Amino acid sequence: MATVLTNTSQFECDESEGGLWMSAQEMASQLDWELKPEGFCQGDTCVPVPPDRIHEFIRDDQVNVSAFWQHLGRPVASSTSSDVAVLGESATERNDALLSLEAPDFTLPDFNGKLHSLTDFRRQRVLLITWASW
Amino acid sequence: MQEQDFQIVSVAMDSDIEAARPWVEEASPTYITLVDQNHLLSSLYNMVNVPQAVWIDESGKIVRPTESGGSIDILREFDPEIGGFKPEAQQRAQAAKATYLEAVKDWAINGSASRFAFDAQASRAHTETMDDNAAEAHAWFRLGQHLMNHNRQEEADAVFQLCREKHPDSWNIFRQTTEKMDTGIAAGEGFWNKVMALGEKEYYKSVDMDGMP
Repeated sequence: MATVLTNTSQFECDESEGGLWMSAQEMASQLDWELKPEGFCQGDTCVPVPPDRIHEFIRDDQVNVSAFWQHLGRPVASSTSSDVAVLGESATERNDALLSLEAPDFTLPDFNGKLHSLTDFRRQRVLLITWASW
Repeated sequence: MQEQDFQIVSVAMDSDIEAARPWVEEASPTYITLVDQNHLLSSLYNMVNVPQAVWIDESGKIVRPTESGGSIDILREFDPEIGGFKPEAQQRAQAAKATYLEAVKDWAINGSASRFAFDAQASRAHTETMDDNAAEAHAWFRLGQHLMNHNRQEEADAVFQLCREKHPDSWNIFRQTTEKMDTGIAAGEGFWNKVMALGEKEYYKSVDMDGMP
């Protein structure tokens, strides 16, 4: 088993031969990507699976989310024992998001553990400013 | 300044919430203070240092992209003889902070009519993009953070080393993950060596704002 982390979620899946395997149904619920006849789809966007490499991505009813993620051009960071993996975001996606000028939303806790999202402050001007103890 | 129109969201980029907590308690701020242990904002907003700031308008549009929150680079004007920054440099840094603060106030009051709020074209032009290595570093940082939280410090250290190599421009990564002094500040020899190796680069990129020194 491996623990998989994304920006917003954490879940478990099967790990074998460097791949992270889960059912297509789980993938849809955890990562919001669906397996369809035309490929992996998120909303109207579909990414075809290269026919000659289909076994890297799909095996029985299992999907290799690690291979799929890298196929999207996104980074996968994995511990040496492959028991923890992070599915990251690509520079292109980050840059496109910033250049759209739509402020990327996030949810973070305050010092009492209460969660706040940027979108809680819609209809207000927000000065988002960072600091650190170090 | 009407509170219902303007909100300061201050975010501590601190792996260890307890390291940041005394600073918050000391300041007892009236604004929202959040903590970002995984440095998510570095990844989302391409942040590389603190303080960095983003201005976001009422509709959620970025009207000033990530930039130094009024701090300017005077690090190399440290004078060992007086054990501090040269007075001239300190004055310049104070003037920069004051200029930035006035601009924030102007925007808080006047919104899109403020001359300091960029239009879409200028906002895009001021947006700095990240490269693939930086994006990878953010993913690896998340992994390092998880390993550290699960008492796998040795593995975490190796991962953080990789992060520093992949994203050498990130002071957030460097200072968070390198040795701290007794004060908790990452301003030891490693830090100063890296500062001195900046050459033409600035520790804080200058802010494109009228009146900035």
